[in-house]
Amino acid sequence: MSAPVDAVRRAVHEVPDPELPFLTIGDLGIVRDVRLPETSDGTVEIDITPTYTGCPATEAIADAVADAVRAVGHAHVRVRSVLAPAWSTDWISDTGRDKLREAGISPPGPAGTVGLGLPPACPRCGSALTRELSFFGSTACQARYVCGACLEPFDHVKPL
Amino acid sequence: MTVHPTDDPITTVALRQADRTVVLAQRLVSWITHTHELEEEIALANIGVDLLGQARALYSAVAEREGTGLTEDDYAYHRDDWQFRNPLLVEQANGDFAHTMVRQFLHDAYATELWNGLLTSTDERLAAIAGKAVKETAYHLRHSGTWVVRLGDGTPESHDRAQDALDRLWRFTGELFESDDVVAGLVATGVVPDPEDLRRRWDATVDRVLGQATLVPPADVVMATGGWSGHHGEALSRLLGEMQVLQRTHPGASW
Repeated sequence: MSAPVDAVRRAVHEVPDPELPFLTIGDLGIVRDVRLPETSDGTVEIDITPTYTGCPATEAIADAVADAVRAVGHAHVRVRSVLAPAWSTDWISDTGRDKLREAGISPPGPAGTVGLGLPPACPRCGSALTRELSFFGSTACQARYVCGACLEPFDHVKPL
Repeated sequence: MTVHPTDDPITTVALRQADRTVVLAQRLVSWITHTHELEEEIALANIGVDLLGQARALYSAVAEREGTGLTEDDYAYHRDDWQFRNPLLVEQANGDFAHTMVRQFLHDAYATELWNGLLTSTDERLAAIAGKAVKETAYHLRHSGTWVVRLGDGTPESHDRAQDALDRLWRFTGELFESDDVVAGLVATGVVPDPEDLRRRWDATVDRVLGQATLVPPADVVMATGGWSGHHGEALSRLLGEMQVLQRTHPGASW
């Protein structure tokens, strides 16, 4: 039998991201800490970190996390948003990167490369002949690219 | 109800930066449905949301610091124009697209240096907010800087519009690097970076980009001042009138 904290941690990590629902918040690496109370009627505390300061999904995620914790049997839960250390796209798991590619979204390169480096490869055909359409895409964390080989536009998660 | 924050130094500088970001966010979102292409509309909305997020983090920090049970919304919606502490640059009307982009670039070059300087603030809360904001701002500066070069070094029409914007906006840049007793005290204790250092770094970025853009700052400009201490132009009052009307008319309204 696994420890109770593992059950809570698993439930929290499996909460889907509201913007990219094929990803879990565990894949995104935004769950920072899970603390169980010493008594069964105490409060479970979860720390999450926003991807972007103004990300409108943060509050929806906090609500979904609280629901997930209640669903595994803890009535009292508090979700805190923790800013430091700042979230980085480097924390997106390998599973998360695979899921992004499968969904036609190009995963981010290493953080700290704003304005540098090669354009991302096309997630559909793999061509490196891509170009940026807009630094800013359908969500705060994505940029818009188009592939010069298959001509398909695609989203790219910006390194942050 | 009108909120009256204390004159605690950290509250004061946090409010100045919160007001800077919320006012510029409000300016940017009024471009929605008015830009020349969908991508640009999304870009300005994204930048506005980042700025709004930074404002929320700063107002929340102020609310906790003041400890009077108020929330971020109270500080944004229930202070009058003379209580706002934003620099004058960000309240300037949008004008045409070149005017908006030159304003944004002059601002983003400042914000980049400010957040970089706050990364090592002795105030943990400000350092944490800076850790997020510095990454977001790098994208903003890349966007506005690219546009300034494209417009300035573009057609005669776009060059003239960008130069006209620079001529109009330059006098609001001196204030960004002003110091006063509050700032000097916080520089001494390592809470905020020295404005003189910020100015040197800002100058380097601005010189480089304006050079590429073939734009020239106007000479012999008398710098405007007053925003940090609440002396604003009419433009801010109108902006806040629109931003605050709902919460002023129906306090606490939510949906």
